[in-house]
Amino acid sequence: MALASTATAPRGGDHETPGPGPSPEPTAPGRLLALLRRLLSFQGLLVGGAVVIVGYLALVPLGYLVHDTFLNSTGTGVSLGAFSRAYGGNSQAGSMMLNSLGFALGSAALALVLGTVLAYVQVRTDTPFKGLFFAASLVPLIVPGILYATSWIFLGDPSSGVINTLVFKPLFGTAPVNIFSVWGMIWVQGLHLAPVTFLLMVAAFRAMDPSLEESAAMSGARRSTVLRRITVPLLRPAMISASLLMFVQSLESFEVPGLLGLQNGIYVFTSRIYFVLRAYPIDYGAAGALAIGLLLIAAAGVLLSGWLQRSSRNFQTVTGKAFRPRPVDLGRARPWVGAGVIVYFLVTVVLPVAVLVYASLLKYYAAPSRKTLGSMSLENYSEVLHMPLAFTALKNSLIVGVGAATAVMLLTSVVSWVVLRTKAPGRRVLDLVAFTPIVIPGLVLGLALSFVYLRMPLPIYGTLLILLVSYCTRYLPYGMRYSSSAMAQMSPELEESAAVSGASWFQTFRRVLLPLMSSGILAGWVYILVVSFRELSSTILLYSPGKEVLSVLIWEQFENGQFTTLAALGVCMVLILVLLVSIAYRLGARFGLQGDSSN
Amino acid sequence: MLTVESLAKSYESSAGAARRRKSADSTRVFAVDGVDFDVRDGELFTLLGPSGCGKTTTLRSIAGLEQPTAGRVRLGDRVLFDAARGVNLRANRRGFGMVFQSYAIWPHMSVFKNVSFPLDVMPRGKRPGRKEIEERVHQVLDVIELGAYASRPATKLSGGQQQRLALARALVTRPELMLLDEPLSNLDAKLRESMRFELKRLQRELNLTAIYVTHDQSEALVMSNRIAVMNEGRIEQIGKPREIYTRPATRFVAEFIGTSNFIEARVVSVTGGEVAVETTQGRLIARECPRTPALGDTVLLSIRPESVDVSTAPRGDVPNEWSGKVRTRAFLGDAIDHITGVGDLEIRSRSNPTVSIPPGTEVHLSVAPDKVTLVPVD
Repeated sequence: MALASTATAPRGGDHETPGPGPSPEPTAPGRLLALLRRLLSFQGLLVGGAVVIVGYLALVPLGYLVHDTFLNSTGTGVSLGAFSRAYGGNSQAGSMMLNSLGFALGSAALALVLGTVLAYVQVRTDTPFKGLFFAASLVPLIVPGILYATSWIFLGDPSSGVINTLVFKPLFGTAPVNIFSVWGMIWVQGLHLAPVTFLLMVAAFRAMDPSLEESAAMSGARRSTVLRRITVPLLRPAMISASLLMFVQSLESFEVPGLLGLQNGIYVFTSRIYFVLRAYPIDYGAAGALAIGLLLIAAAGVLLSGWLQRSSRNFQTVTGKAFRPRPVDLGRARPWVGAGVIVYFLVTVVLPVAVLVYASLLKYYAAPSRKTLGSMSLENYSEVLHMPLAFTALKNSLIVGVGAATAVMLLTSVVSWVVLRTKAPGRRVLDLVAFTPIVIPGLVLGLALSFVYLRMPLPIYGTLLILLVSYCTRYLPYGMRYSSSAMAQMSPELEESAAVSGASWFQTFRRVLLPLMSSGILAGWVYILVVSFRELSSTILLYSPGKEVLSVLIWEQFENGQFTTLAALGVCMVLILVLLVSIAYRLGARFGLQGDSSN
Repeated sequence: MLTVESLAKSYESSAGAARRRKSADSTRVFAVDGVDFDVRDGELFTLLGPSGCGKTTTLRSIAGLEQPTAGRVRLGDRVLFDAARGVNLRANRRGFGMVFQSYAIWPHMSVFKNVSFPLDVMPRGKRPGRKEIEERVHQVLDVIELGAYASRPATKLSGGQQQRLALARALVTRPELMLLDEPLSNLDAKLRESMRFELKRLQRELNLTAIYVTHDQSEALVMSNRIAVMNEGRIEQIGKPREIYTRPATRFVAEFIGTSNFIEARVVSVTGGEVAVETTQGRLIARECPRTPALGDTVLLSIRPESVDVSTAPRGDVPNEWSGKVRTRAFLGDAIDHITGVGDLEIRSRSNPTVSIPPGTEVHLSVAPDKVTLVPVD
């Protein structure tokens, strides 16, 4: 039609460049040169270096693990011999796998139920003692799994445990509690993980728009109907991902099955691997085969979680906005709920810590009686203080922890920048690679790393460096989570405005990005330092005499049956962790949503 | 001064995305689809359009924050971007000032530090001395009336003050070109109104050349020297605010800016500047058309409600007159709208609020011929 105004711009479709190709097509050498120049810039070197390190940390050990497991005895071809040795014959692989699954499922279920109920009560009701919930949620952070399990041995031992001797024996004349059973393991692991579920579910409850429930109430639904038909379905994605995380964490846990299961010959994957590596001659292939089995189950769990979350993304309840819903009035039930909260706090926090302190004051462990109370002394502490190894271990723990925390946070702040802020090809793969260590159980990583460095000419086997490498790998995903959430919270416009203002990439990174991310990075740093302190499952395969760290020292006390020395060491360790965590809080670091690991 | 030629930006398509074009093997979505314009020295040039029309992508491409897939961007003789030659100057080398929608004030810096940043990060040879930096920062802070706040943390400022701080930061290097990405959209209505005039005053006094992105038509009309109306990645019309409003070139422009009555019609005679068209409700005359249509063309008439005169008595002596019955009226405060049924048409008229005619009344509508705009049928 002939009515087009003079001012109308020429329409598209008559571009001079042919075809809507993704990028202009300069001459080939010119492009190569431009690429080279970019790679050689400071930014290129930094980013490239970070990518290479992440790839090396996450993938090389797995490669060696697979290679060494499938290698046949002569070292020339592929064989499945390792698998038949690990799973066949009289290895009792069937019962081991059943135990593993039962233990992991049971712990996950217990943690999920406890954590979800607690989160609901905390966020949505007017319960008293709201502060206790968060105090209880710090337990996995400051009481490592190995100490928590030890405390429960003191409490639940069939013959000398506090519960049997002080409660059941006098009242019923029986001793029904036996912590050295699958049920005992589930109990301890579930209680230890419940705070993690609690924090995840608190986040989910807070991110849920209360008007969704209010509109159901306005439609005439009763509170129980709202809960059943609106609240729970909306929280399902969060619950699924929390329970799978708990499942994988329990599957990978070594401390609880190691302390509570080995005694009665109850094996799970992790303790079996440890057992195989302790037998003589050491069958690395069989350990590798078990590790691969464990890895596959853990990976399946994580993949399943990712898949379930993807399919539920179409009803996003998490808007990123925190809501302040009006709490439910508990009415007459309020004192009962309050009592429940107190009981929960007593059982999961006060009792285990108290029994640890009590045991640390005795020469030999025995249930409390007039005699034991009379014989309490600080002898164990003076023994610990005079143990030369204790200081070496503390020093080693600090060196490795600080080293790993610093390295991981620096690395992940660069990597998360690449993942979140660039359109570099393969950035999703990089993200995935940085997250893979989350499916690698500590024991498996320890095994894989010993394969790598027994073979490689790098002389780090038997030094602290191998522990540093191991911790960096293990905590890479957590570091990523802290850095990328710090980066995601920051509007890209803050960087863009720096670029438009004339700042180069490095100036922007140093003057805008890092300062703004500093509180997130600091939180991640302290978190990694804290979890490194308690790391046992990979350390136990990698340390060498003289290079012990604190957690290994505690494990050695357990193996030697020195429970009261262990308790004294444990109390010291808890105090150190309390100190670290409170410094972190003072510095404004927030755990909680991100801090969801426990070993 | 700034010239943008056939600028295009496309993405791999995702499901359900609009604006597809089939190429050999993949479907690509065009956020910006061949945009040309040039910005003259000292003018405030506005990119106006609904959300998703490509205006922000165009601005970000000019800033260097986004890499277009095709086209050229030049500043005078300096080539900033040329897809064909593989030239793409980085954002930090372009030397523009930019104000972001969120202001992007750095929360870890003071007001002073925020403004001095662009000077602080200059390469060593060009960077002014400490004293000069201080002087220039204070000078620009005074211009935008934040002089008293220099040492405050930037986060302690109110929304309007942050907005001005962002402006100061963009101004401090005295850039050749300012880029403003919906700078007023986060302010409340009253403040927005006053900032419009403030911004316009600054632009005129400092003789700034600026590209302004907004979706708010009244903002665009008030502030701009020229406006480019964008839709679906293309420019529909470029012109002065009055041209855009009174002579929309396309139906989209007429619909997007203000309100309009649209009537389909056929051209029956063209004599000099006068075009007669036939509608279902009789003949209308249009005068001063920018482009003369051909005889027999089907066109769309766009008539602004305020151009429609409504009265209870017939005029008799005017060319474009209808009669009909008032269906509804709406009181708008400073005006009143009547919707009148004329046969199968509904005509909206806007008049002084003292004129209020109850529904059901017979009325006579008339439009001056120079207020009838012919728009091509899409």
